[in-house]
Amino acid sequence: MFEGVPVHWFLVLATTMFFIGIYGFLVRKNLITMLMSLELILNSVCINFVAFNKILFPEHLEGMFFTLFIIAVAAAEASVAIAIIINIYRRLVNIDVEKMNEMKY
Amino acid sequence: MFLVFSVVIVVFSLLTVTSRRILRAATFLLFVLVSTSGLYFLLRFNFLAAIQLTLYAGGIVVLIIFSILLTSHISEKLAVPPVTKRIYAAIAAIAGAVLCILTILQTQFVQKTLDPARVHIRTIGEGMLSTGKYGYALPFEVISVLLLAAMIGSIILAKKRKD
Repeated sequence: MFEGVPVHWFLVLATTMFFIGIYGFLVRKNLITMLMSLELILNSVCINFVAFNKILFPEHLEGMFFTLFIIAVAAAEASVAIAIIINIYRRLVNIDVEKMNEMKY
Repeated sequence: MFLVFSVVIVVFSLLTVTSRRILRAATFLLFVLVSTSGLYFLLRFNFLAAIQLTLYAGGIVVLIIFSILLTSHISEKLAVPPVTKRIYAAIAAIAGAVLCILTILQTQFVQKTLDPARVHIRTIGEGMLSTGKYGYALPFEVISVLLLAAMIGSIILAKKRKD
């Protein structure tokens, strides 16, 4: 199981995932794939919080509560972002960020 | 077990950001989220792992797949980004990752002995509603208002206009 795993491994895993998300966010042009990279970034931060809580500070449950709040914020953010994306698609018929240069209608 | 989960997470998140078919990318994201929930199970946060499974893997991925189906064709392939853009993004990501990993590996952490006890659901409930020290009543209320606002906002945004 995880008993012999030092906290560094969790942090290295979370860092790798975070920067894969950053790479995706920089490279992709489709809005939905950018949103998916954002989910990767949030998820890696959650892993960080949980590993800190369990391995370094197991007396209180701060990391776990913060992860719960992060998940709730991510859900709200995803729903609002998808509503905006669908609205943009309805007006402009594509969802590429580079073709999206008009904010007025 | 930890190694299996971390290899799955890294490989599938790479596939998520590089796959050219957008629906496959969403499926790979689902695998990443499920193995993250496996990590939480390993760390014995059972409630958190269940929340991760239901909310992330069940809710957000389904929402993303629905919006993919609404906005693009399934068989459509994304255009390959230009090479210079990929190289610059990879340089930025790898430089940041190397810097962070070096800093992490040089830091000494004081590790506690692990208690194998699971977090009881009663503890979570009392922590969510208590107002004293280590109580999270205010963030709980704020997050409920935020969820309500997000719900109303997304309904209004996605609604069809009359004009």
